[in-house]
Amino acid sequence: MWLNQSCLEGEVEMWLNQSCLKIDTASVLDEDCSLSETFFKRTATDEQCIEMYKHMVQGRIFDGIALKFQRQGKIKTYPPIRGQEAAQVGSAYALNSNDWIYPSYRDIAASFVHGMPIDKFFCYTMGKMAGQHLTDLSIFPIQIVIGAQFLHAVGGAWASKYKGEDSVSVAYMGDGGTSEGDFHEALNFAGVYKLPVVFFIQNNQWAISNPIHKQTASQSIAQKALAYGITGIRVDGNDVLAVYEATKLAIEKAKNGEPVLIEAVTFRQGPHTTADDPTKYRDQAEVEEWLTNDPIERMKKFIITTGLWDERQEEELLNDCEEIVLKAYEKALTIEKTTIPKVLRATYETMPQNLVRQLQQRGEV
Amino acid sequence: MMEMTIVQAINTCLSQAMENDETILCLGEDIGKNGGVFRVTDGLMERFGERRVVDTPIAESAIIGAAVGLATRGLKPIAEIQFLGFIYEAMDQMVGQAARLRSRTEGTVTVPLVVRAPYGGGIHAPELHSDSLEALFLHSPGLKVVMPSTPSDAKGLLAAAIKDPDPVLFLEPLKLYRTIKEEVQEEYYEVPIGKAAIVQEGEHVTIVTYGPCVVTVKQAVAQLQEQGVSVEIIDLRTIAPIDYGTIIQSVDKTGRLVVVHEAAKTGGVGAEIAAVIAENCMYAMHAPILRVTGYDTPFPVSSIEAEWMPTVTRIVSAVQNVMKE
Repeated sequence: MWLNQSCLEGEVEMWLNQSCLKIDTASVLDEDCSLSETFFKRTATDEQCIEMYKHMVQGRIFDGIALKFQRQGKIKTYPPIRGQEAAQVGSAYALNSNDWIYPSYRDIAASFVHGMPIDKFFCYTMGKMAGQHLTDLSIFPIQIVIGAQFLHAVGGAWASKYKGEDSVSVAYMGDGGTSEGDFHEALNFAGVYKLPVVFFIQNNQWAISNPIHKQTASQSIAQKALAYGITGIRVDGNDVLAVYEATKLAIEKAKNGEPVLIEAVTFRQGPHTTADDPTKYRDQAEVEEWLTNDPIERMKKFIITTGLWDERQEEELLNDCEEIVLKAYEKALTIEKTTIPKVLRATYETMPQNLVRQLQQRGEV
Repeated sequence: MMEMTIVQAINTCLSQAMENDETILCLGEDIGKNGGVFRVTDGLMERFGERRVVDTPIAESAIIGAAVGLATRGLKPIAEIQFLGFIYEAMDQMVGQAARLRSRTEGTVTVPLVVRAPYGGGIHAPELHSDSLEALFLHSPGLKVVMPSTPSDAKGLLAAAIKDPDPVLFLEPLKLYRTIKEEVQEEYYEVPIGKAAIVQEGEHVTIVTYGPCVVTVKQAVAQLQEQGVSVEIIDLRTIAPIDYGTIIQSVDKTGRLVVVHEAAKTGGVGAEIAAVIAENCMYAMHAPILRVTGYDTPFPVSSIEAEWMPTVTRIVSAVQNVMKE
């Protein structure tokens, strides 16, 4: 299950190539959505299973409303999360509140699980800087540049180690980000300094229009860990229980100075953002195929079959989730707008002469 | 007081700062046992250990990116980029990340980070080891850029950079590392960021310069004095933010301005200063504003670098030209 340096020992011939590595995709739920403990023991309690399910549904309801609001002009560009709820929720749910996350723009459900109020994300998509006030939360500001946050997570983990804090930093990224230099530099630093960091990749198969096989010639993203002397694991990213267990174990390893790269195999069901039209570059057949493996449907089947959930509860949940999102949007509307003077004042702790001058020219000093 | 070079002044400042503040750590390539390729961090690893003086893999983006991560979690990293020419590798982390975080979070996340880097020509170094790239960062809101030219300014400005709550790029003139010695206060002190120094007062013409060119300008001014020209020399010391007040006051008095820097001319610090003077002092001017700079080419091979960089002759000639008006 774990890819580490020992996978390269033993029968390795002179040339190291893809055939030296056997890669499984670890799961907990099998094809029929029943429990299989081939890879992990399920440690999530029944209550935790239900909580994770609720978080996933909350994420999807938010996603649907956000898409609608973007079309209505209530919010600006939005990057949908549909299809990636298990990967985001299962990973973030495994964290303690003092663990840090370093999210990219799409890691919205993970951020919600880790405590980001929904109204903050609405603010962000409405162009209100208050959306990035995450004081008292262990959530780094949303990253836009692909891969840059991996290095911040390395620095954050380094700070934890330096100060002797019992905290892990978890960095989120997509498959496309693994081609960036910052990804490789981050893994290298993590390995060299043995930092308490977990790199969580959602391999959603597409980086805007570029499919995974054009992103990398590696047979997995998880195996990239080996090049940096850290541990890798490939997990079924549409199986929330598997993602949860993998992340939990990875955190334990990271705390012991063994950084981990997790590849969660999943699928971006929607467009890259509301500005993107995926029919231009990908086959509907591929989408249909992945829809049969929907992370929320799978978990729902599991909890209904095991008697933890029923349709009445489902209906109640859907209503609750919608109400929460709509209330959050109403709250975001009341939050103070960003203004030019605010921006001029926020660039440095003390405004330098040039900014003071620019403020004066607007007649605002 | 103690006689020090710029290298010794910076080393002393780092050592004193680290002794007083456990949250400070240094990271960079070859800064530990080797003491840095210019020995600026010599002895720090022996004194403060590998936890606080960290040799990194060769990865400039990671050095700055990890430093951003450290700075945003309560530590005070002092990162070294071995030569400023290598900072291109870390441009996103410098400009896209470190410089912007305060602004994009309205001050809820700040990056108290110092990045040190030697720059400038005159030591016959290989390609990309001599570039003066400060203008890139002048054009990057959120950063401060400090460029001392003397040992005492280097020591005091570095102390101020370490205390500053915003990211500061601290640029060290490698040609002057060991060529100037002066009496420097031994105890810890700060020289304020954003304040220019009037190196010499004068009546006829103002020369604004900074970094290694301060020395060349002084040589030129000695010749000009013999010709009866009275020059006011301003050493900017900080190029972001620029101390406009001091320059405007001086040019209002002299009515003539020459800006001297080693970096390429177009879009440089001189262009910015010329624009600000045009905006503010037009009616006090007796002559056009001139710039003496490196040429608009990449820094050249060492065999011609002395001619490429501003020379005493070019500075003298520029001043003579503005004095004709």
